[in-house]
Amino acid sequence: MIGIIDYGAGNLHSVLKAIARLGYETKLITKATDHDESIQKLILPGVGNAKVAMDVLNESGLSDYLKEQVVNGMPLLGICLGMQLLLETSEEGNVACLGFLKGTVPLFKEMSEKIPHMGWNQVNNVQNHFLLNEIPDNSDFYFVHSYFAKPSEVNDVLGTTNYFNDFASIIGNEQVMGVQFHPEKSGKYGIQLLHNYCK
Amino acid sequence: MLRKRIVPAIDVLNDQAVKYVQFRNPTIIGDPAQLGKKYTEDGADELIYLDTTASLKNQDLKIEWIRKVAEEVYIPFSVIGGVRTIDDFKRLLRAGADKVGVNSAAVERPELLREAAEIYGKQCVVLGLDAMPIYNEEKEIIRWEVYTHSGHEKTGMDVIEWAEQATELGAGEIICTSIHKDGMKNGYDVELIKLLSEKVNVPIIASGGAGKLEHIEEVFIDGKADAALVASMIHYGDYTISEIKSYLHGKDINVRI
Repeated sequence: MIGIIDYGAGNLHSVLKAIARLGYETKLITKATDHDESIQKLILPGVGNAKVAMDVLNESGLSDYLKEQVVNGMPLLGICLGMQLLLETSEEGNVACLGFLKGTVPLFKEMSEKIPHMGWNQVNNVQNHFLLNEIPDNSDFYFVHSYFAKPSEVNDVLGTTNYFNDFASIIGNEQVMGVQFHPEKSGKYGIQLLHNYCK
Repeated sequence: MLRKRIVPAIDVLNDQAVKYVQFRNPTIIGDPAQLGKKYTEDGADELIYLDTTASLKNQDLKIEWIRKVAEEVYIPFSVIGGVRTIDDFKRLLRAGADKVGVNSAAVERPELLREAAEIYGKQCVVLGLDAMPIYNEEKEIIRWEVYTHSGHEKTGMDVIEWAEQATELGAGEIICTSIHKDGMKNGYDVELIKLLSEKVNVPIIASGGAGKLEHIEEVFIDGKADAALVASMIHYGDYTISEIKSYLHGKDINVRI
């Protein structure tokens, strides 16, 4: 059973449908008491504003729930904004985030390129990680974001993408990981990545 | 590097996919979800659905077909047509659309763009902009005027000024359709797309006029478009999306193969 954190994120249903289609059972988690022992992995989706999202997570008690679960070894995948929330702080509203991974979330500042970074781009330098099984290096994924993850630990960078400069588009370790792009909207390799996580 | 996008446009009338010529004379070409799935498998980067039922007849938005699209299609898709309120944004996004386009309603009440961007983020607010050139006595284009209501009503507004205002308010992308080119298969309005691309700092989807592979190449290279909308070219089987992309790839245009 895959638990999907429901805090009003825009892409929740797309993620849910994609995972259900792969044949996995899903359960929406809107509060800590929705948790049960059948849940083996968690997904934190997200589209929108970091400050707004953290306020909702904090007020609903979902922040504490996630922290407790991660301490207990529960796997967690953050998607897009959900990935950015895994780090310590975000410049978007200057908000403290969940802090499962060390680092910050700055804004793309150079104005020579368009913001948001929106469209298909490649993930390069992919590391050996189960999330990336059967996904070739330099595969295309669909991105929509104005802020990007900047992990302070080099080992937490699992793949990079170029926009202005190289930024970390896949981050994490064996337990907590995040992707800046939308796997649920990235065609076959996106679906493969979700499958790799869920299985 | 960020890819140039090929975006099939699918017109929807009464839950069926249809094709219009210059916004008129619809013929049925299939089911919206199945057609979207077919184009996705053939390499489409994104899809745009134009709900002409709502925009032409002033009806409430129907969302059942959007749910079906969301179940079948694993690339982003936008829905445009008949969107008037924040509540419409909410319903379309909840049904599974990734982006919502507004056209006439934004002209009538530009604040809608700001409100939608504040709640849902700029990335899902698309401005639909229908343009027609205005000529001087020497038959030279002097500027472009904004049209609304599926190309039926003039507004007197200047296209570039409106695009600048709309992006400041909250539009995160612009689909610019040249009405006089739409369905004519004789090329995009490259001059207008180039001007827009240079003036505003959001992605521009060029729409109206694609008939040949060279037209798409031209709008990417000379027009500096971020994405090219294709409709007649693919709906009638003249070209497939993979053919379009391999042609562009051969011309060193950065597309996802």
